Amino acid sequence: MIKGHRNHPLWYAYALHRASGLALVLFLPLHFYVLSLALTQPQRLDSFLHWTEIPAVKFAEMGLVFLLSVHLLGGIRLLVLELLPWSPRQKTWAALAAGGALFVSGTFLLNAV
Amino acid sequence: MDIRLYMAQRLSAIIMIPLVFGHLGVMIYAIQGGLSASEILSRTQGSVFWFMFYGLFVIAVSVHGAIGLRTILSELLRWNDIALDAVMWGFGLVSIFMGARAVSAVTWL
Amino acid sequence: MTVKVWRGDKNGGAYQGFDVPRQDNQTVLDVVTWIQQNQDPNLSYRFACRVGMCGSCAMMVNGTPRWTCRTHVNKVLDANTLVVAPLRNLPPIKDLVADMDPFFDKWIEAGGHHNPSASRYDAMPQIAPDDAQRAVANESIECINCAVCYAACDTVAQNPNYLGPAALQRAWTLFNDRKVADTDTVLSAVSGKGGCHNCHSQSSCTLHCPNELNPMRAIAGLKSATFKHQLKRGR
Repeated sequence: MIKGHRNHPLWYAYALHRASGLALVLFLPLHFYVLSLALTQPQRLDSFLHWTEIPAVKFAEMGLVFLLSVHLLGGIRLLVLELLPWSPRQKTWAALAAGGALFVSGTFLLNAV
Repeated sequence: MDIRLYMAQRLSAIIMIPLVFGHLGVMIYAIQGGLSASEILSRTQGSVFWFMFYGLFVIAVSVHGAIGLRTILSELLRWNDIALDAVMWGFGLVSIFMGARAVSAVTWL
Repeated sequence: MTVKVWRGDKNGGAYQGFDVPRQDNQTVLDVVTWIQQNQDPNLSYRFACRVGMCGSCAMMVNGTPRWTCRTHVNKVLDANTLVVAPLRNLPPIKDLVADMDPFFDKWIEAGGHHNPSASRYDAMPQIAPDDAQRAVANESIECINCAVCYAACDTVAQNPNYLGPAALQRAWTLFNDRKVADTDTVLSAVSGKGGCHNCHSQSSCTLHCPNELNPMRAIAGLKSATFKHQLKRGR
């Protein structure tokens, strides 16, 4: 594990929030490009969507759903921390955010397979 | 990050809370039985609601992502302000443009 | 046990290993002192009270910023090894002595100076001890400027402009001090390029503060205050 001053839950929450944000922002242009194929090359869009039937792709999609959910829920924790009265239970909220994201992405996977 | 970027970042985040919940719900609904272009488009094409929903989403996420990207580049790569602003504006505008194309592809008739 | 001590100055340095005898009750400060008295009199380090009150002995111990006089060796020993280095995020002067100037410069830049609104000719503002706002300020005033929080923070490490948790916590105490009526100045001092908005709420500061203060909470309070202030002013 990471040694020293970083080895604690809220630092991991920060790292996960940053990593998920970066992954999502890099994914975004690809996402927009694929969707815009509906405008210009709908057959290509369909063949791309057909490719998403592969189980590995479904797991990757679940991964993306997890990243979005954890970034959303973790972000809500930060907005509450920064705009509403102080709550000492920050580790609890961070754990709930991660757990909630697993729940949402798990639901997605169950619907995808 | 100064207060102006911070405000834009947090306000775009607040706007996106209901939009992301909605998008997650849409994805879980849509993935059932597999994805197909005609299935997606039959729900979204010609819809003013989805146009507004995803149109707002594209603008908010472009602002939010551009500023977030700027922060990460600033802290991990220590670029100077000019380079950071260039990447932020570049990414943000490209994202709005590509997103607008995607939204129009999916919601316009 | 093996003790690796960082030797060098602002131009660079390296770790030097020493074999130090273990005792039953031994602090890291005891270890550093033993090395200087028995092995190398050229080793430079800081301490003063040696009883956990002054914060002078703060150093990095196995990657964590701590008060060495309050750190028992048997609590931190890792594979019979200790790694001791000067406080992170500050330029080293020599060996284990860090240059505290940037820390104090940022303290002043964040508006650490108390600017009371009343003069000696005005009546003294009456502030009850159980006043809610005073209680919030009191939670943050015990800072002794040891720079452990500053060393723990990754945002300080990655952003040279960032004022840091201690300086921002000080600004929070002034914001909540009713003797300081000009809160606008307090808020603008923490809203610049290195201001409170750079904080990513890692909470390493709060976790490692030896006085059990909560700089992250103070910074969150400043963010809230500046956000609301900005909305009221109109963007």
